[in-house]
Amino acid sequence: MSLLDHKFGQGGIVVSQLEDVLNWARLSSLFPMSFGLACCAIEMMQTFTSGYDLDRFGIIPRATPRQSDVMIVAGTVTFKMADRIKRLYEQMPEPRYVISMGSCSNCGGPYWEHGYHVVKGVDRIVPVDIYVPGCPPRPEALIGGFLKLQGKIRQESLVEPKAVERFLTKRTSETAII
Amino acid sequence: MNVNFQEIKEAILVSLGTEAVLGENISLAQPQLIVNKEYLKDICLFLRDDERFFFDQLSCLTGLDNGVPKNTIEVIYHLYSIPFNVSFILKVETDRGDEQHLPEVSSVTDIWRTANWHEREAFDMYGIVFIGHPDLRRILLPTDWEGYPLRKDYKEQEFYHGIKVAY
Repeated sequence: MSLLDHKFGQGGIVVSQLEDVLNWARLSSLFPMSFGLACCAIEMMQTFTSGYDLDRFGIIPRATPRQSDVMIVAGTVTFKMADRIKRLYEQMPEPRYVISMGSCSNCGGPYWEHGYHVVKGVDRIVPVDIYVPGCPPRPEALIGGFLKLQGKIRQESLVEPKAVERFLTKRTSETAII
Repeated sequence: MNVNFQEIKEAILVSLGTEAVLGENISLAQPQLIVNKEYLKDICLFLRDDERFFFDQLSCLTGLDNGVPKNTIEVIYHLYSIPFNVSFILKVETDRGDEQHLPEVSSVTDIWRTANWHEREAFDMYGIVFIGHPDLRRILLPTDWEGYPLRKDYKEQEFYHGIKVAY
């Protein structure tokens, strides 16, 4: 149950952290860009149908990168397509996420050795948030990928990550000694 | 009417002379006729227009690389006659050449329009230049791709647009 699923009897005022509200809003309306590259796209389309019903997560495909939050790279990424994918990614507004769906876009898949035309993993051209394994992954696996992505967004913070903070304090203390 | 392989071969020899045909390969399930490169266009026109055969359809056009030791490259034409329901296979052989001197075979685009994209594919994959083709450029790979992938001695480039090609 999320925060807003409760009934409030206190005059409609909810006290929450800004981060939580932002993250909740983001993860509850992930709009993927509707484009597919190969057979994984068939499974992706299946996932969008009423049988698997991605709408219940607020996931509704958009037909333009400018209205999308997440890009599902569903299929074999060829070198001819690589430039186009990069361009589509750059056209998306931030914050933007990438789900790499299937073996081909994860690592080249069956084309890893003799596929001269295949990019050996879409992470060579755009940063990837979630890798969904499978050849092709079943719709349940893609939904699992979306849930993982939601979990990742839930952990996002407006402040710098703790590791960066520690790194910076360490560096300043070191310079202080010198 | 049902013509067989030998009848078609005889007809070609009679109408175009003995130099036109270089050999045959009849041990295969589908026999092939190996023809002289210089006579290719005349043979194709003859087979299309002769009313005994009327090969009005080019079902397939393929390239084939025999590798460095043999140093030959082939183009194979699968013809089909719709009115007589007969198939026939023509084959031409030429030197493999190299990057500077690509092998050349005359185009049959003006005989069968369907040859256009088939020849572009053969050019894309084997680097066979079809003389007389109206629009000979790569059909599948990007325009700035280096090399011809289905050649036996093909080595993929190291980087394409800054992306590493090897695994």
